[in-house]
Amino acid sequence: MLSMSTNNLSYSDQGGTDSAVEVGQETTPTSSNAGAGFGLFSVDFKKNEDLKEMLESNKESLKLEAMKRVVGLIAKGKNASELFPAVVKNVASKNIELKKLVYVYLVRYAEEQQDLALLSISTFQRALKDPNQLIRASALRVLSSIRVPIIVPIMMLAIKEAASDMSPYVRKTSAHAIQKLYSLDQDQKELLIEVIEKLLKDKSTLVAGSVVMAFEEVCPDRIDLIHKNYRKLCNLLVDVEEWGQVVIISMLTRYARTQFTSPWKEDGVFDEHNERAFYESDEEKTRDETEAKPYMMDPDHRLLLRNTKPLLQSRNTAVVMSVAQLYWHLAPKNEVSIVTKSLVRLLRSHREVQYIVLQNIATMSIQRKGMFEPYMKSFYVRSTDATHIKSLKLEILTSLANEANISTILREFQTYVKSQDKQFAAGTIQAIGRCATNISEVTDTCLNGLVLLLSNRDETVVAESVVVIRKLLQIQPTQHSDIIKHMAKLFDNITVPMARASILWLMGEYCERVPKIAPDVLRKMAKSFTSEEDIVKLQTVNLAAKLYLTNSKQTKLLTQYILNLGKYDQNYDIRDRTRFIRQLIVPNDKNGALSKYAHRILLAPKPAPVLESAYKDRDRYQLGTLSHTINTKASGYLELSDWPAVAPDQSVRNVEVIEPTVKSKPAKSSDDKFYSDSGEEEEKGSGSSSSEDGSSSSSSEGNSSQTSEESDKSSSQSEKSSSESDSEKKERKTKTPLQKKTVKPTAKDWYHTIMEHIFNEESWTYVTKQQHTKTIFVNVINQHSVLQTFSYSHWSTLCVSLFTQLCPLSLAFPLQLSGPAFVPEKSHDLLHRMTGKGLSAQYQFPRQPCLYQPTMVSVQISLTNTTDHPLEQIHIGDRSPTGLNIHCFNTIECLEPEASVTVFMGIDFNDSTQAANFQLCTKEDHFSVSIQPAIGELLLPITMTELDFRKEQGKLLGMNESSATITMAAENMTSQPISRPVATVANLGMVPSSQDNVHRFAGKTANSGAVVLVTVELRGESTALITINTEKSVMGSMLLRDLKLALAQA
Amino acid sequence: MQLPAKMIHSLFLVNSSGDIFLEKHWKSVVSRSVCDYFFEAQERASEPENVPPVIPTPHHYLISVLRHRIYFVAVIQSEVPPLFVIEFLHRVVDTFQDYFGVCTEAAIKDNVVVVYELLEEMLDNGFPLATESNILKELIKPPTILRTVVNTITGSTNVGEQLPTGQLSVVPWRRTGVKYTNNEAYFDVVEEIDAIIDKSGSTITAEIQGVIDACVKLTGMPDLTLSFMNPRLLDDVSFHPCVRFKRWEAERILSFIPPDGNFRLLSYHVSCQNLVAIPVYVKHNITFREGSSQGRFELTLGPKQTMGKGLEAVLISSQLPRGVLNTNLNPSQGTYNFDPVTKLLSWDVGKINPQKLPSLKGSMSLQAGASKPDENPTINIQFKIQQSALSGLKVNRLDMYGEKYKPFKGIKYMTKAGKFQVRT
Repeated sequence: MLSMSTNNLSYSDQGGTDSAVEVGQETTPTSSNAGAGFGLFSVDFKKNEDLKEMLESNKESLKLEAMKRVVGLIAKGKNASELFPAVVKNVASKNIELKKLVYVYLVRYAEEQQDLALLSISTFQRALKDPNQLIRASALRVLSSIRVPIIVPIMMLAIKEAASDMSPYVRKTSAHAIQKLYSLDQDQKELLIEVIEKLLKDKSTLVAGSVVMAFEEVCPDRIDLIHKNYRKLCNLLVDVEEWGQVVIISMLTRYARTQFTSPWKEDGVFDEHNERAFYESDEEKTRDETEAKPYMMDPDHRLLLRNTKPLLQSRNTAVVMSVAQLYWHLAPKNEVSIVTKSLVRLLRSHREVQYIVLQNIATMSIQRKGMFEPYMKSFYVRSTDATHIKSLKLEILTSLANEANISTILREFQTYVKSQDKQFAAGTIQAIGRCATNISEVTDTCLNGLVLLLSNRDETVVAESVVVIRKLLQIQPTQHSDIIKHMAKLFDNITVPMARASILWLMGEYCERVPKIAPDVLRKMAKSFTSEEDIVKLQTVNLAAKLYLTNSKQTKLLTQYILNLGKYDQNYDIRDRTRFIRQLIVPNDKNGALSKYAHRILLAPKPAPVLESAYKDRDRYQLGTLSHTINTKASGYLELSDWPAVAPDQSVRNVEVIEPTVKSKPAKSSDDKFYSDSGEEEEKGSGSSSSEDGSSSSSSEGNSSQTSEESDKSSSQSEKSSSESDSEKKERKTKTPLQKKTVKPTAKDWYHTIMEHIFNEESWTYVTKQQHTKTIFVNVINQHSVLQTFSYSHWSTLCVSLFTQLCPLSLAFPLQLSGPAFVPEKSHDLLHRMTGKGLSAQYQFPRQPCLYQPTMVSVQISLTNTTDHPLEQIHIGDRSPTGLNIHCFNTIECLEPEASVTVFMGIDFNDSTQAANFQLCTKEDHFSVSIQPAIGELLLPITMTELDFRKEQGKLLGMNESSATITMAAENMTSQPISRPVATVANLGMVPSSQDNVHRFAGKTANSGAVVLVTVELRGESTALITINTEKSVMGSMLLRDLKLALAQA
Repeated sequence: MQLPAKMIHSLFLVNSSGDIFLEKHWKSVVSRSVCDYFFEAQERASEPENVPPVIPTPHHYLISVLRHRIYFVAVIQSEVPPLFVIEFLHRVVDTFQDYFGVCTEAAIKDNVVVVYELLEEMLDNGFPLATESNILKELIKPPTILRTVVNTITGSTNVGEQLPTGQLSVVPWRRTGVKYTNNEAYFDVVEEIDAIIDKSGSTITAEIQGVIDACVKLTGMPDLTLSFMNPRLLDDVSFHPCVRFKRWEAERILSFIPPDGNFRLLSYHVSCQNLVAIPVYVKHNITFREGSSQGRFELTLGPKQTMGKGLEAVLISSQLPRGVLNTNLNPSQGTYNFDPVTKLLSWDVGKINPQKLPSLKGSMSLQAGASKPDENPTINIQFKIQQSALSGLKVNRLDMYGEKYKPFKGIKYMTKAGKFQVRT
């Protein structure tokens, strides 16, 4: 008993941390136990005495037996708290089962016996250091479950340590412990958020679900913690255990609603189409890219939708439901219906699951009939369904009813009306009423059917029918006087008060339509007035008053009689009403003013009742939540925010690239090779001398007024290469020829490979800093891929392979596209910062096939804000020539000062070097800019064999051939293969050659796909013959000029 | 101030007579008086099934499931997806059933310590921790008679000392170190047909739902693939987490590392476009005459479109109208039973012999003076057809990779009636 008193003391001490409710609940059972009778209590007491002895014995088996009995007591809800001292001694027992049972006990009673509970703490602290991860985890679990405020610092320390434990299982436990500590002491919030932040970065699927749970509980508003982990969570999702999936999905739903713009403005037809095109290459690309797309889904948004979709196949109903709600709240309208099938499948599950799923379907079906209409028959009611299931199905069937299926539904309803479950039958009648109001075609049929039901033997059915008929008639009272007459006839047989009252009300309301019958009904009522129910009496008084006003000649006496009866009624409501009515309608001296208006007061046109679903507007709550189920806001419900009008910065989700580590996965090895390769080539290219680079580019520009900038650039390039050289040296060990990915047979495979590449966490890069030299950052915003930013080398492979798959040309054209042999890093000024009022833009040709449309050349534009204020809404405005086909980049909502962003656009140059002029616009200004491509940039490299090359060459002789003999510059003969300068000038692919002195290159024009073949034949010391074969002879001669300049430079 | 904690707070087990026979709290203790709200709802409900699964109370929310005539009532304090709780409770029941063979009040009371240990492992702070039966069985060994005897003699325990390997591995559903002398893998393709047949015998709705239940006892880490002759039949599927989804998407092949023991590999729905063959027909003539205290009851069953396989274990049940006092019926085969209190008629027909169709004929005595019931009773039929899947789904082959031995493989087909109702 001593322990009990200390317990109470400590309660009052910590009153601040425990809510009063909780304490109240705690004490109730104890007091009721004590009050249950002294006799009972003493028996318990004795029994526990012998348990105490067993626990204090030396025999392990006796202790275990005793603990089992104690657990039995706990399970029955009996109080075993006085055994605490005896039990807690065994906390360090070697017997693992005994220990676990002691843990169970401790967790249950520690709160009540705080002082004694402290005795066990040191055991747990020791166990936290145990080499066995299971023991560490379980020690942390129990330690954090002991709700004793004094040990908060110890718990905090343990959690922090466990969060960096080797074992993911222990880390998972620490995530659980965060929530426990938080509910014990909210002052620890900031520290706990730090731990959460750390655990969110964890890559283990085991931890993901638990830490997101902790996040949801401790700091659901700290959305900023999610940004960097968003993509990782999306990608891990499929492998997370099912309970974690539910939590993560619901968190991501909220996240997405704050970070992405609404996909609902457009009908989204485009989007679906693109999606399919991405999956299946063989599908004809019929869409016209020139059509403007006002909405483009954020790739991260798409990523979430795509990665959750497979979970619809989960066996866990909660997971399926949470994906369904995610699609409902986030997906474009035309994609939501993919969840239908899975939701309907859940209806096969347990009764309780059915209940929740049907509720959600009921809400959905109000807004989107089409989604569930094909599955209408799944909602047919079975006689074995529970009542609440039946009424939900009825609700859904009613919502699904339309002109086409109403006859089927009504036939089905007819069966239900006859059901033995009268509550259900009544529900069906209401449903028929709703169908009748919603679908005007069947209103008459429904009314007639309902009238037939009036002769039903069951009172509830009849009553419900009358009520529904009343509502229907009120909506369109004009042609239905015969129904009113019919009801008047049935009046004698109807006994349910509500039904009688409804009929009387109808008579009164439409007494002018049934002038002969109404007074007669009133006569009957006058006879039986005293024996009627109150509600009927009230309506009788109403009827009398209305008839008095319209037909006073016939009913004056009757009315007075009824009013007299009412005056002395037992019910004060009726007495009041009678007095009121009398004053209102019977003219006398005192109330002249009001009685003038009596007619208008009593016979005012009344608005028809609206028959609508109880599930209308339920979607104000997030689907699948408890709040949705109970239709009130449950405590702890997190509101789903509205879509933002403007998407917040997307780059916050970008993750900084980490250099591919040596111990990377085997799947990545090819990437690494690629990486080192391009690095090697880069170095060679720039190492060969900066002057070469500079002159080649100036010649390709065909523009001589650039010298100063040119030299700037080349020097910066050499800086780059020197800074790179360290890291590259390591990688250069692997000397492999430039690898060209062969194209695999199906688009799907490609899709997976690409996804693997892209979602390899390490390939994500960080845009902002320009100093990043190793990788060229590209930012591709386009609607069919989730590609956003990743390192260059990956990009080139992916892009080519993807393009080859997607491009319909590649099907017709036997020659396969290959990756660019070399990409000059040279960029050209698009808009100088002086002319652009602080906005500077540079462009370069990344030599990638354009994803937007195969005939386009892709151009990479880097925009930099050199002003001190953010620039808003950077986009592309008017263009000339007007027919110019440009794929614009997404409007950049805001560019911060000193920040720069890289975007991609596609331009169809139509195989000419004519400049593309367009306007670059910010919110305030328009700047006319132009891009003039070098002829070599209008080509795309292709691979072919030497044999094919010759075959093609044979077709392109005569007019199609242009050639020149040049004197080669000395350095071109010796220091490097001939391919380098050629590849610098033109985007061509190398063709393997059997002769040492003949080099062949092949490409095709971007727009028309015409083959361009280049042969460089070295003759003697320093002369070479350049031959170009192409049907585009103008292009051929221009290309020849450029090549001559490049190879013959002094 | 104590915050409303998320997830499952407490669990109460309530039997059909409204007694709480077990309680478990994962956070601070909630008084069992909270169940009074549940009992109120229970009293209001006409049938045990009609208790609403979600009951809001002033401070808590009660989410309950009813299985084996036991209510599992979870106490929730704040917002949580209700299906999350419901699904978890069903998992608890499944686990109990797995451990004790049956999930009855008696079995739970007898094994209260194991139950407590299980519940402790399944939830941590109200959040599911280990629900995979393979993992649980490594943590807590299921009680068998033999083990109980051994334990009492040697003092050893049911509790495992090692962290289940599955918890950490990439295949969390399978335990490691599995060894069998006879390696065998059995698959049962079980299809259930749900149908509503109207008065005239025409089908209002019919659909086929199927499952593939597996019993796999294979040594080591086998990697199995299962392919179908006609995978196009499967319209909508849901998988055990072990199935590789991408492979299925691409090739329509089930590729998986199976859990050890019994598990449900796949459940599927057969697309509605295919007309479903109804394997049984019912001829009925049930009439109540106005004014008379007698009613006629005639029922004849016959096979239809069974693909040559016999109908077995046929069981008819029907809820007769309240006005029926008693019945006087004559079955041509099997036994029938009418409970005058619940008005439930059941007729255990057994096998249907196509040469001699079973029938149940006779009269019903009605309450004198009561008006005739509006509706004829609905007839529920249960049956089984062995060695045939109604949809025609066929397993093509089963291959094993990753292990050297040759397993014994078996596939069995069966069709059952699901919710098969005939309106009369």
